[in-house]
Amino acid sequence: MKQNSGPDRLAIGLFLAPALILFMALVLTPIALAAYTSLYKWNGFGLPTEFIGLDNFERLLGDETFIGDLGRGGLLILLSLVLQLPMSLGLALLLNQRLRGRAFYRLLFFAPYVLSEVTTGVLFTMVFSPSRGLFTDVLWLADPDTVLYSLFLVISWKYFGLHMILYLAGRQSIPKELHEAAETDGAGTWETFRHVTLPLLGPTIRITIFLSVIGAIQLFDMVWVLTGGGPVHASEVMAVTMFQYGFRRFEVGYASAISIAIFLISLVFALMYQRYVLKRDLEGAVTSR
Amino acid sequence: MSVMKKLVLHAISIVVGAIIVVPILYGVFAGFKDNGQLSTNPLGLPSPWVFDNYADILSSPIFWQQLFNSTVIAFVTTLIVVILSAMAAYIFARFAFRGREVLFTLFTLGLMFPFAVAILPLFILLRSLGLLDSPFGVILPQAAFGLPVTIVILRSFFRTIPAEIEESAIIDGCTRFGFFWRILLPMARPALATVAVLAIVASWNNFFLPLVVFNNADLWTLPVGVQQFKGQYSEDTARILAYVTLSMVPALAFYAIAERQLIGGLATGTIKG
Repeated sequence: MKQNSGPDRLAIGLFLAPALILFMALVLTPIALAAYTSLYKWNGFGLPTEFIGLDNFERLLGDETFIGDLGRGGLLILLSLVLQLPMSLGLALLLNQRLRGRAFYRLLFFAPYVLSEVTTGVLFTMVFSPSRGLFTDVLWLADPDTVLYSLFLVISWKYFGLHMILYLAGRQSIPKELHEAAETDGAGTWETFRHVTLPLLGPTIRITIFLSVIGAIQLFDMVWVLTGGGPVHASEVMAVTMFQYGFRRFEVGYASAISIAIFLISLVFALMYQRYVLKRDLEGAVTSR
Repeated sequence: MSVMKKLVLHAISIVVGAIIVVPILYGVFAGFKDNGQLSTNPLGLPSPWVFDNYADILSSPIFWQQLFNSTVIAFVTTLIVVILSAMAAYIFARFAFRGREVLFTLFTLGLMFPFAVAILPLFILLRSLGLLDSPFGVILPQAAFGLPVTIVILRSFFRTIPAEIEESAIIDGCTRFGFFWRILLPMARPALATVAVLAIVASWNNFFLPLVVFNNADLWTLPVGVQQFKGQYSEDTARILAYVTLSMVPALAFYAIAERQLIGGLATGTIKG
């Protein structure tokens, strides 16, 4: 790197300005605006005038739907960690074997990822339709006790291919010699997996956990299309609650408080995760190098 | 590998493949059925084949309009996000200046701001800017939210290009801008293709933003259109599934063409980013 002369400074300014202006105007400003309007009781029309301090946040902590959202989001994350990610890892290791047709399987398993959540959601409302779907006599989406698990199934259907692809890339970047050495030393399949593959996949696994959690925190499209959050809030998540208040009931101040809560939850999670979990990795999703 | 092990692995792959394919085929075939058939025979082949559902949708302008809207919005969003990100990434990769790391960290923090957080204030902001019911009301925020991941990927690519190339270009009388435009960008073509594919997919699948920004049905993109179509024909399951199937075709076709960039981009973007 060299010292910057006058023309260089001009270049830095000119090249950086457009991205910076767009980013500040449409990413940072909205967050600041939400922080501001969250302190008001406001229906979204005209200017907010009724300042109520932190009342919206106090109300949030006593809001059964919102507290329920946290529990449901937590359950979706837990299910992803114990079912979806291990299954994706298993399939990645399977497709890492010299298997005839594995390129085709890989192409196929990843395909749902390119479909939008809306398309997937509408398709599965029909697949789960009690009268015209694939599994009649089962109330997939209409039963409050099962709806969240059905939602999880659809999310996994769409996203396991992404995690699988990431694990596959991680697995293929492990030098061959390491597995050969383990084999020479007489390690069995399980021992090699436990002591070579798994530790070396650590960085990739930590990233996929991060993506799963952030994905669950911001989940909206799929839920909105599949269930609308129902029946009786049984599949509602934070973004759906925010949408209901902000765009349906015109309690924009309160909905802004929910937005800020979602923001703070992602921010705190990301910072903690980066500090305590990703710190060992040289390269992380949100680290700068 | 033993024959037994091979058989087991193939069996698992086929079962997983079936879980992927069966719902999609159900949708494709349902489009060729009437609702009576769908109730009595949801899984099997249509008998007789009914072509009305697909024919009606393909002969009405609505589907084509939404396809056009999705395409234009994805194209313009991608153009903006790739150009602005390439310029910024060049600076972050090649210049030392005070505040560089702070600014770069600011952009990487943007990786964690999903639309869900910003959608309501964004709506209020776009309303006061008069951008509701304008394609730019979707294009500009999409471009803004696409900047972080694009800058991160391009910066790490630009760093791999030896500084000597830039120095000799400058000595030969090339300006900074000339180097960026005539040498760096052509060299970065694979990375640009990767980030462009990621931006196209993100725009194509976006639902939340066009849902709140476009009140005017003439501006709807395919995801919004699919959801509204479902609301409009709520009891006509076969017709809805025909619409869903048709809306999957462009995405899957694009995947067939750009699979390499998409998968490579996701792997480098998330792991090396």
